[in-house]
Amino acid sequence: MASSEGLSVSTFEKDAEKTWLDHMHEWVSTVDHKKLGLLYIFSGLFFFILGGIEASAMRAQLAVPANDLVEPAEFNRLFTMHGTTMVFLVGMPIVTGFGNYLIPLMIGARDMAFPRLNAWGFWMFLFGGIVLYMSYFASMGLYGAGTAPDVGWFAYSPLTGRAFSRGNATDYWILGILLSGFGSMSGAINMLTTTLTMRCPGMTMRRIPLFVWMMLVVSFLMLLALPVLTAAQVMLLFDRYLGAHFFDTQAGGDAVLWQHFFWFFGHPEVYILIIPGFAYASEIIPVFSRKVIFGYVTMVAASICIGLVAVGVWAHHMFTVGMGRGLDIWFAVITMVVGIPTGIKLFNWIATMYGGKIRFKVPMLFAIAFIGQFLIAGLTGIMLSGAPFTWQLSDSYFVVAHFHYVLIGGLLFTVFGACYFWFPKMLGWMMSERIGRWHFVLFFIGFHLTFTTMHIQGLLGMPRRIYTYEPDRGWAIWNAITSAGVVLQGLGVAFFLLAIFLAFRQKKPAGPDPWDAWTLEWSTSSPPPEYNFLSLPEVRSRRPLWDLKHPEDPDWEHE
Amino acid sequence: MNQSAVDPIDMGNWNRGRVGMICLIFGESMFFSIFVVAYLFYVGKSGHGPQPSEVLSFPYIATACLLSSSITAGLAVRAIARSHRWLAVLALGITIGLGATFIAFTAIEWYGLIVDHGLTIRTNLFGTTFYSLVGFHAAHVIVGLCMLSLIFGLLVAGAVHSEHAERVEMVTWYWHFVDAVWIVVFSVVYIIGI
Repeated sequence: MASSEGLSVSTFEKDAEKTWLDHMHEWVSTVDHKKLGLLYIFSGLFFFILGGIEASAMRAQLAVPANDLVEPAEFNRLFTMHGTTMVFLVGMPIVTGFGNYLIPLMIGARDMAFPRLNAWGFWMFLFGGIVLYMSYFASMGLYGAGTAPDVGWFAYSPLTGRAFSRGNATDYWILGILLSGFGSMSGAINMLTTTLTMRCPGMTMRRIPLFVWMMLVVSFLMLLALPVLTAAQVMLLFDRYLGAHFFDTQAGGDAVLWQHFFWFFGHPEVYILIIPGFAYASEIIPVFSRKVIFGYVTMVAASICIGLVAVGVWAHHMFTVGMGRGLDIWFAVITMVVGIPTGIKLFNWIATMYGGKIRFKVPMLFAIAFIGQFLIAGLTGIMLSGAPFTWQLSDSYFVVAHFHYVLIGGLLFTVFGACYFWFPKMLGWMMSERIGRWHFVLFFIGFHLTFTTMHIQGLLGMPRRIYTYEPDRGWAIWNAITSAGVVLQGLGVAFFLLAIFLAFRQKKPAGPDPWDAWTLEWSTSSPPPEYNFLSLPEVRSRRPLWDLKHPEDPDWEHE
Repeated sequence: MNQSAVDPIDMGNWNRGRVGMICLIFGESMFFSIFVVAYLFYVGKSGHGPQPSEVLSFPYIATACLLSSSITAGLAVRAIARSHRWLAVLALGITIGLGATFIAFTAIEWYGLIVDHGLTIRTNLFGTTFYSLVGFHAAHVIVGLCMLSLIFGLLVAGAVHSEHAERVEMVTWYWHFVDAVWIVVFSVVYIIGI
């Protein structure tokens, strides 16, 4: 640790003599996993702002009944672009970005297994995103039939057929996601291979940080799920351009087949997005509780278990399609089974905090909020796994509330926590604790105003994706609260951006190990040099840095 | 747990090339399995137009060519590893020839289907699923042929030596995978589907 302190000059400062063009060239042509990780994370945050603006426009429209701020057709485009952006262009790159940045550092490797493939994957993702957003400008001029895609983020057939989606907005959806899917697949191959083959001496699979284990499961799921979406999208392209009949009901094709294919991708995708949230929490909670993670082995087993069960639950998105009793029961039961490994994880995080000396720093605040919110998200998930319950509430705001609880209350909170936790490592500068607390408080209150009340609209029968509603439905007050929450969330995000801006501005050095943490990434300077490690501490336990700092009581005596 | 010094990580033969190739093959298998599922789902559901039993015949020779090309590809890797350059050229040349023969048979089959039977991807569900499944497989064979031809050219030029055997082997893993997919496609299209 001490040996690397002399190197803790920020890479952003040390080459001040370089021109702007040199910097651009360096970032565009880089194959360094840390630069690519940052590119992933910051492009994800950029798309997050775009998706957030789309969400805000929708909430502005829905804030009062019989509003005409946004046209119906434009509203369809907004929710399609919002969903597609948040899943494919925000969740995926941020998840891949943290994985890219941290996996080699945590296992003591110099880079990913395939650095050039890594760069290729990033640019595929970015250009996929650009293709999707090009639709706003490009698809109108050709046919005069709409701008952005308006078929919903799961693009159900037969709506996506040539007859119902004229013009080429839907093709932008297909091609943009197809491209970014190639990027994610290559990222998954890279993360899997890196974890399995590039570990430093002593870093056995029983000692890699839980973050790495969980990203291993995520990579497996990516590799399993994304080719399925790619195949289904290729079929859709064939339908639209070659006159094939995969999902063409008039020629005997089956629109429900698209739903099966899409959700066979779509449900593992949910776990691809939420397991990284578990991964961040599993690194943050022990450090700020000053305790070893409770039940490392069961955490690993639970992650693998979730990864396996994820493959068999997809049709719980399709209870209202009429699959028949046998399939309904199967998918309901398997879905409930997911609650067991997930519950194990929740108990393990709580047990880690129990009796610990908890330091309520910003990352920990987000992690604690995550535990409670994810519990509620899981409970509404179990409610929805009962097929009759879904018959009643499918496509209502209850479902919207449920998955936003998962993706915001679960994933986004931990992503914010991870940013406050690891940005000091990545940028070399501390983030402001005070601004971070403002961010947390505003976002926390805003989140609950928006999404906790959204359950009630759903129970009152408000369907999702409607562009407005009549005043006499009794939904008005709840929608007003929901929309008010968005303002607070927006303010919270503004504080987040301010915190990042101030970190760049104030340049308060973080040092190699600002949190007194235990995994290998904290043993090198902040930001790490291009070769990552000058020298690696001996890895003889799951907390190599603890062993280094406490030679009198090393972990490997107890593990 | 143990008092010994740092344990070195021994992955045996599982270097990054092998693991990466297995991951790629796993992803590709998922891609193909969706087309296989679609084919099986739509078997016998074409209301009009040519049916599989009317227009398809067993591609015996093409199958024999493709399956035996895996053997010669394996021989080529062994020859490269043992620095038998001309044996490797011969084995790889035969592999490419067999693969090209397979593609030629596919081309003849498709020509007959399109011209004589009027079956295209837009004719019926059979055409839709048949051309996409068999077509994606053929596309993979062509990609494999391109990679093998590149190695062949480098081999003839004397640029491939025994230390490259591992990399060539990775390409042949892809080739074996394409072969294995053909076994599935063959069973699904020409046995179950008829």
